[in-house]
Parts: sequence; structure tokens; C-alpha cells
Amino acid sequence: MAAAAPSITAPVQGGRSKSELIAFAIMVAFFVIAPNFIYPIFLMKALCFALFACAFNLLIGYVGLLSFGHALYFGWASYVSAYAAKSWGLPPELAILAGAATAGGLGIIAGALAIRRQGIYFAMITLALAQMMYFFAVQAPFTGGEDGIQAVPRGKLFGLINLADQTNMYFFVLSVFLLGFLLIYRIINSPFGEVLKAIRENEARAISLGYKTERYKLVAFVLSATLAGLAGATKAIVFQLASLTDVHWTMSGEVVLMTLLGGLGTIFGPVLGAFSIIAMQNYFAGFGQWVTVIQGVIFVFCVLLFRRGIIGEIANALKIRL
Amino acid sequence: MFEIFGIPSQALFGQLLLGLINGSFYALLSLGLAVIFGMLNIINFTHGAQYMMGAFVAWFLLQHFGLGYWWSLVIVPIVVGFTGVVVERLFLQRLYKLDHLYGLLLTFGLALIIQGVFRNYFGSSGLPYQMPQSLTGGQNLGFMFLPNYRVWVIVFSLTICLTTWFVIERTRLGANLRAATENPTLVRAFGINVPRMITLTYGFGVGLAALAGVMAAPIYNVNPLMGADLIIVVFAVVVIGGMGSIMGAIVTGFTLGIVEGLTKVFFPEASNTVIFVIMAIVLLIRPAGLFGRTA
Repeated sequence: MAAAAPSITAPVQGGRSKSELIAFAIMVAFFVIAPNFIYPIFLMKALCFALFACAFNLLIGYVGLLSFGHALYFGWASYVSAYAAKSWGLPPELAILAGAATAGGLGIIAGALAIRRQGIYFAMITLALAQMMYFFAVQAPFTGGEDGIQAVPRGKLFGLINLADQTNMYFFVLSVFLLGFLLIYRIINSPFGEVLKAIRENEARAISLGYKTERYKLVAFVLSATLAGLAGATKAIVFQLASLTDVHWTMSGEVVLMTLLGGLGTIFGPVLGAFSIIAMQNYFAGFGQWVTVIQGVIFVFCVLLFRRGIIGEIANALKIRL
Repeated sequence: MFEIFGIPSQALFGQLLLGLINGSFYALLSLGLAVIFGMLNIINFTHGAQYMMGAFVAWFLLQHFGLGYWWSLVIVPIVVGFTGVVVERLFLQRLYKLDHLYGLLLTFGLALIIQGVFRNYFGSSGLPYQMPQSLTGGQNLGFMFLPNYRVWVIVFSLTICLTTWFVIERTRLGANLRAATENPTLVRAFGINVPRMITLTYGFGVGLAALAGVMAAPIYNVNPLMGADLIIVVFAVVVIGGMGSIMGAIVTGFTLGIVEGLTKVFFPEASNTVIFVIMAIVLLIRPAGLFGRTA
């Protein structure tokens, strides 16, 4: 039954990686000149979410696993990074690493539990575990409850570069993003990534070929969680704040939406999706709850009529890989 | 008054009762999810929002038409169930041939829309809903005070659950339903209108959620987000019980409600998380769920 249903992401046939290279060059060029005409804080926020969405996409797009609890890694990494920078006085790079490592550790536990079930159950389990950790964040003393961790120092990168300077901060965030992005690109184009895609297409067959699919799924899960944590930890340093918003299930829903809108299983889709959603939130910030309604409408629209997402549609129309 | 394990009986039985009440809602909601999943293969993320709609429609009927609780018990499930029928016809029907995850994403989007619209019109603070006159008051049992309304909720939801179980497992209609779950093509060949059956099943599941909403209205405030967190707990309940069995959903729902109530007495810090912890343990020991069958 499950095998008969078409996969959640239809792989685009053919094409060469030249299209990817051109798109990558355009993206990097845009980010380098963007701070000249777009508010850097907005760009940094969007970059953090873009990395978050790319990390999420690694699971849904290339392994076919829908995690509905990715706020767990994003949010907890931001707490740990904020706490490390503020209370332990760690430099930003170590604080961010501590956050990402925490996310990876949580990913091992949650992933090992969640991959015991497939499909819809997997989504429900990840959501439930994330909700559990949300309640921990509400109750644990170090997270600061409703206030969160405020006034986190940005500090000096490697003891040299002052991140309080907006331009320095921006290019640091851009570097983190590109690092994560290229790492994900490398993963999905490695032999390991090919096995992941095989699991997505037909897990039973991958097992019969001798692959220990559980192990592959767990490694992919932990990688995704760690990279989501990298995004969250960086965001905490940028905004000098870690709060309950980032661990709440609405955040898990938002990252799903970003990826879906941009295009599940495309390389550039999550980036564009994240920028679109963050721009939409900024633009409609004064409309209160209507933002939630619009997000819901985009969900429904994408699922019914626009399943390939923006980048997926473009790639399909041009018959290239993006 | 006496004490059990150093806990005053009043507190212990009070929390136990509250646990049973929550268990009633878990059972009704997970039952609806299981019925819908069985037929549509969709996890209905909108369930929490539909539960909330049930409470709001009851509030609306009382405010604007003067129709009280008893009328609401009948009218609300039909009205909200009908909105479910519309949703199924308009949206869900288009997804059956796709990956099941799309159903989850679509219903999540619908939940965001419904909750967002309600929050715009009613704000985030709750609206009070009067308890029906005939169910106010309570019995003093000596060791605890037993409010009549809570007894009613437990008895009534148990009745609804068992009736649903009976209809699905023991009647001809239920046999058709189960057959259509197993092999819709074959059942269609026998001249049974399976698409209509699917639509009505969704409407019924949604109606159950709305009924739970009506029952919850006098206990909790009527609030646009009352179903948002609840649905996640119910998901955990469904993972623990496994969606393969109707009775499993009912038993798991009530049991976990009681466990949660007891946790509130003995270890209050963990009361929010105990169900998720149990879920993790069950996944380690019996991944298919307590009543589940491995696919």
C-alpha cells in the first residue's frame, strides 16, 4: 500500500549539475551584495531559517521522513548557545558548536525512538517528543521560562572579529549558512546520499540489497538535527535571545511550510521558501493572527495544487536540477 | 478525610477524577482519529481545531439562540460534522492517491486557518460557558466531593465510545466499513458506495471531536487554542495505543488520563510530560503500540 503511493518528492530526471553551479553562483552573489539594499537583520534571520529549512529538507526530501518536531533541535540549540555565551562566557564559535552538538545529541535519542515507526507515526512521534522537550524548556530554570535568555553577548569571533559590528555578523552568518548548505549538498551527492534516496524510493528493496536502513536513517536524522541546531544556535547569537518561540510546535510547522513552499527535495527550494515566509511574516507583522491564517492557506494551496514548490516547478519547467 | 501515601484523599481522588475526565477526552479524540485513519489513511491534524469548534458552536448556540447544553449535544456534532463532510469533499478527496504525509500537511494547514480565524474574532482569552442547571452541584462521598457534571462527562463519553465500538465491530454497517478499509475496490464491486462511506466516516470522526468539545466547554474555558496542545497529547496516545484497534484507543485514552492524574498528585513537575515519556518507553518495548498490529 505504502509502496504503491507515489513518493512525496518526484525526482527530476536528467539535467546536469551545471544548472546547480549557476544557481549557486547567483545565490552567493545575491547574498554578498544584498546587505547594501536589504536590512541586514532581516537577511540574517532569513539565512538562519534557510539553513534550518535545508537541514529539515535533508530528511523529508532525501530520506522521505517527515519530522514534525524540528523545533526541538533548533530551539534547544539556541538555548544552549545563548546560555554558553552568556553564563559561561564562551566565545561565539564555541557557543554555537555547543548548541549544535546538543542538537545532535538530542537527535540521536529522538531519532532512535522515531525511526522505530514509519510514515505518519514517525511524524507524530517526532512531534510528541518535541512537545515533551518544549515542556522541559518551560519548566527548566536555565531557560528563563517566558522571558527566555536575553542580552546574550555576541562576543568576538576567534577572539579577533567583533561580532557586535553588523557587517561582521552578517558575513559570519553567511559563512555558517554556506558551510551548512555545501555540507548538505555534499551529503546528498555522496554514496551515502544515494543510499538515502534508495530508502526513500523503496525501503524494502534497500533492505534486501543488504543495507542496514535503520542505521542510515538514524545518521541522516542526526545530521539533520545537528544542522538545524547550527541554525538555531547561530540565530541565538545574532538576535542575542533564546526564547520559547523557537522550541514551540508552531516553529516545527513553519520549517515544514518553508520547505514545502520552496520545493521538497530540491537543493535551493528551502532557501527560497525560508526567505518568502520570513518576508511574508515581516510584511504582515501588523496583522496579528492573520499571519497564521495566511500560513495555513499556503499549506493548503501547496498541498493541493503546488506540490513541487516554487523551485521544483521551475526545475521541472526547465528540465534541470536545482 | 484520610490520607493515602501521605496524600490527602480529597487531593488524590480529585486528581483521579480529573484524570478520568481528561481520559474521556483522550478516548473520544483518539477514537475519532483511529476511525478516520482506518478509512481515509489520513491523520487528521485538524482534529484539535474541530474539537475547539465544537465548544465554540455550543457557546454560539447558547449566546445567540438560547439553545442550551442538551440541544448542543445533538446539534453541534451534526453542524461541525457537516463542515467535516465539506472539507473531505473539497480537499481530502484529492489526496487519497498521494503519499499519506500530504494529508497530514493539509489538515495541519486547515488547523492553522481555523485557529487563526477564531483567534482574530475571539482573542486568546477564554469565554465562559454555563454548566446546565440539572448537572450543577455534586455528591459528598465522605472521602471526596463528586461534582455531578464530571460524573456525567465520564459516563456519557464511555457510552459514546462503547456504542461506536459496537457499531463498528458488531453491526452490518460496521462490517461494511471494516471491509472497505481492507479492500475498497472489492467492496465497491458489491454495490456499496465507498466514497460516500469515506465522506461520512470523516464527518462522523469530526462529529466525535465536536462532541468532546461540547462536553469540555463547561469545564475548561472556550478558547481558540484549547485543541492545539491537546491534539499533540492525543497523537502520543494514538502512538501508545496503536491505531489498529477501536477498543485499544478507548482503553489507552482512559488509562493515560488516569496515569496523568496520578502523576499530578505524586510528581506534579512531570504531569505535562508523563504521556510522552510513556510513549518513548512503549516505542522501545513494543514499537507497534500496545494494541497495534505491525503493518
